[in-house]
Formats: sequence, C-alpha cells, structure tokens
Amino acid sequence: MSNLRTALYDSHRARNARMVPFAGWDMPVQYAGIIDEHKAVRSAVGMFDVSHMARFSFAGTGAEALLEKVFTNAVGTMKDFQVRYGLVCNEDGGTLDDVLVYRWPYGYAMVANGSNRTKILDWLTKHAGPDVQIQDQTLATTMLAVQGPKAAEIATGLFEHDVTNLKYFFAQPTRYRGKDCVVGRCGYTGEDGFEIMLGNALGPTLWDDLLAKGVAPCGLGSRDTLRLEAAMPLYGHELTEQIDPLQAGLGWAVKLNKPFIGRDALASANEAAAHRPKRVGLELDGTRAAREGCTLLADESTPVGVVTSGSYAPWLQKSIAMGMVGPGHAATGTKLLVDIRGTAVPATVVPLPFYQRAK
Amino acid sequence: MDLTALRYAASHEWAKLDADLVTVGITKFAVEQLTEPTFLDLPKVGKDVKVGQEVGVIESVKSTSGINSPVAGVVVAVNTSLVDDPATKRRGNLALVNDDPYGAGWMFQVQLAPGATLDHLLTHEQYEKQIAGH
Repeated sequence: MSNLRTALYDSHRARNARMVPFAGWDMPVQYAGIIDEHKAVRSAVGMFDVSHMARFSFAGTGAEALLEKVFTNAVGTMKDFQVRYGLVCNEDGGTLDDVLVYRWPYGYAMVANGSNRTKILDWLTKHAGPDVQIQDQTLATTMLAVQGPKAAEIATGLFEHDVTNLKYFFAQPTRYRGKDCVVGRCGYTGEDGFEIMLGNALGPTLWDDLLAKGVAPCGLGSRDTLRLEAAMPLYGHELTEQIDPLQAGLGWAVKLNKPFIGRDALASANEAAAHRPKRVGLELDGTRAAREGCTLLADESTPVGVVTSGSYAPWLQKSIAMGMVGPGHAATGTKLLVDIRGTAVPATVVPLPFYQRAK
Repeated sequence: MDLTALRYAASHEWAKLDADLVTVGITKFAVEQLTEPTFLDLPKVGKDVKVGQEVGVIESVKSTSGINSPVAGVVVAVNTSLVDDPATKRRGNLALVNDDPYGAGWMFQVQLAPGATLDHLLTHEQYEKQIAGH
C-alpha cells in the first residue's frame, strides 16, 4: 500500500525536501539541513507540516464523559478554548498514546500521534456510547506548526482574530483568507509558537504565505532534535504500551483522583515508584550520539537501563540522550556508561529539560 | 582533484594511489546522503586493515555509518584535523568533510600490504553508475 500524502506534498518537493516514509505518510525529514533548521527555530522561526498527526472531533452530550474516561488528565475542569496534554492508557496503565485535548463551547477535539491514528480511533469508538459522535478530520485537513521566538510576529495579521494574545495552551477558532481554521498556542519544540489547522484547500497557500514572511521550512529531523532538547517524550520511544506515564515523568498529567481507564494500575504503580525504572536525561562525553536501544551501564559489566532517544543536540552542541534507568542509578550526577556499538562512552545523569527558553 | 583517477568502494569510500600509499575518504555522494557530520572516529595509526573491514564511524544528526577500508594494509596516517582532541578539548573540524571530501576532508592513509592492489575497486564510471538514480 502506498503512503498517504499531505496537501503540502508538492510544496515539499518544490523545496527539494528529502522525503521519508513516516507513520504511513510520505513526510519531509529535512530541506537544507537538520542543524540549520533546528537553529532557525531556536533563533527565529520555522514551520513544520504536521498534517500526519491525527485530528479527531467530538460532539454530543456524552463527549465529555468519554474523554474523561480515556484521558489521564482532567477534562471537566478545562475552560472553553483551553488545550490540555495527557495520556491515553490501557487497563494496565501502559501508554496507548500521548495527546492534546481541545475544549470548545460546542464540543471537543483531540490531536494524537500519526502512528497511532487507527489504534486511538478504534479505542475511542470502542468506549463511546451512542451519545458521542467522533469524526476523524485528519485526511481533510492540514496542520502546520509555526515555532520560534518570532512566531508571534509572523502570526500578526495572518488571521481574522489577533492570535498573538492567546495564552499558552489555549486555542482560537478563527478565519484565514475567509475560511475557518483553528490556531492553538502550543508546540513540540520548546519554543513559543502556534499550531494551525485548516482545510486542505488552503494548506499550500498558508505554507506559501509563511515562506514569503521568511519562515524556514523544517522537517521531521529537526522536529525530533528540538523536542529532544526540550525533553518532550516521543511516542514509541519514551512512551510505549510497556512504559507508563508515571515512569516517563508525566505524573503532572495523570490525575489519580478521578476515574479513567488505567487509573487503578497507575495508582498501584505509583506506590512502588521507588522500585521502578524511570526516565532520565543524559549528557555524554564528546559528540558521539547514543541511539535508541543502546545499553546503559553502571560499570563495564552492569547493565542498568536503555537509551530511548539520543542525538547530537544542534543548539546545545553536545550529545544528549533520554533513557529508562533502574532505581539507584537515576539521581542527577550519577555517572553511567553508554554502550555505543561496543564502545563504552561515559555519560552523566542531568536534570530535564536539557533546554528551556527564556520566558 | 581528478575524480576519474580515483577508485571507489561500493560502500562509498574513495581511494587514491600514490606509489604504495593509498589515501582514503568518503565520496561527495556519501556526504550528501549523510548530511552534516557531527562525529567521526578514525582508525589508529599502525592498525592492520583488510578490504571491507570497518575501521571508523561517521555520524550525522540522524544516522550512523561505518567507514570501511577499501584496501588491505597498515594505517600509516589519519587526518587529525577532523577528529576531536581530548587532550586539548579541540573539536574536530568536520566541515572539511562536507566542504572538500576529496581534498582536506581525507580520512586516513594505508600502506598497501605486499601484493595488494586496487583492482577490486570500482572505477569512477562504475561508481557513477551505482549511485545513479538516487
């Protein structure tokens, strides 16, 4: 089966993007180069086609109850137009996905990972009563992330509403060139920025408008290095059905004081937290990258964990990684070794995030 | 650099013969596939190497690739300007690999083993044919 293509596919090809298969889509991994794209987002502004992300809308009187049941974070306390991060877990507390929930006066929306679109849609459908209507809007819409310290300047005057006054993790339904769209102030890079969802017809036009304003086109390569510096988990790496949100350090997004699927398992796991592996940040000596799957060792012969993501960090200009490490080896300052293709490279446990923007 | 005077391994190393000394680097095509290098590990001087043996590693943000010796012999020199020097904490200048893969970005030199040749390697024309269509 051939891969899906976003509405921006031709725009990417026109900019000589290197296209790769990702989550069932043909997606740009880079244009000019990952390092330049990464630096553009940290120092100015870049944009990402994230149309492969899953976009669901919920209507009906049972929408809130459904979301409260499948989402680890609180839904009932959300304000209209608020966006909230949380997890979808199975009964064992394993992570099915990490998602954003949007609350509107007239219903809800959810953005999930592209690689989990079918799994999450099936899960939602399975737990939905007849009083909820779920729509998958992914294929009909385009989603663009505009990220960087100059994102607000770029967004000025682009939409019918002034989105530059939006608070972080709030969204605004508005219009772009006369057509409905949604602009949320959020992102996955550690910078200020917006995520824009609009109909496919105007996707390429918005891309071109942003290019004309000097926004750097960025691919999934720099999206990954940016989120790694910001220590944001990536599903399939720091979060899996085998890694629950508490181990991943996402306890702040898990409300154990409300019922949801997986709550009981997570509550028990929380009691045993001191005896379980947990996510840590690592800084390596030198510039060699620790890749996913590299073994973490306490000394030459004692494995204590595994790397979940690692890369040379273009902004910090050092080799950083995240990994799952057993109890007793996760404290800041702990010296570990990373087995990189047979070479033991020294690494130190450091606090997360690696990078935090000045506010 | 006359690229037709070089010989090539299918794994994208080039080899240049002067008497019995072979200079080795990676091709422009390899550099473009890799994108900006971020880490390089080269063999130690004095190492015995066989044809196709992995003797080094080059990394970019996204990928890790082995560097193979295209010929048999002994490593007699490495391009120290490319690699980190832990003693002085000087960072290797990997931009040279990007900017001048056939010149200042050379990686190591091998003294050919007795009787060893470059005959098993691809000609420029054959290598060009291999990478066509990428």
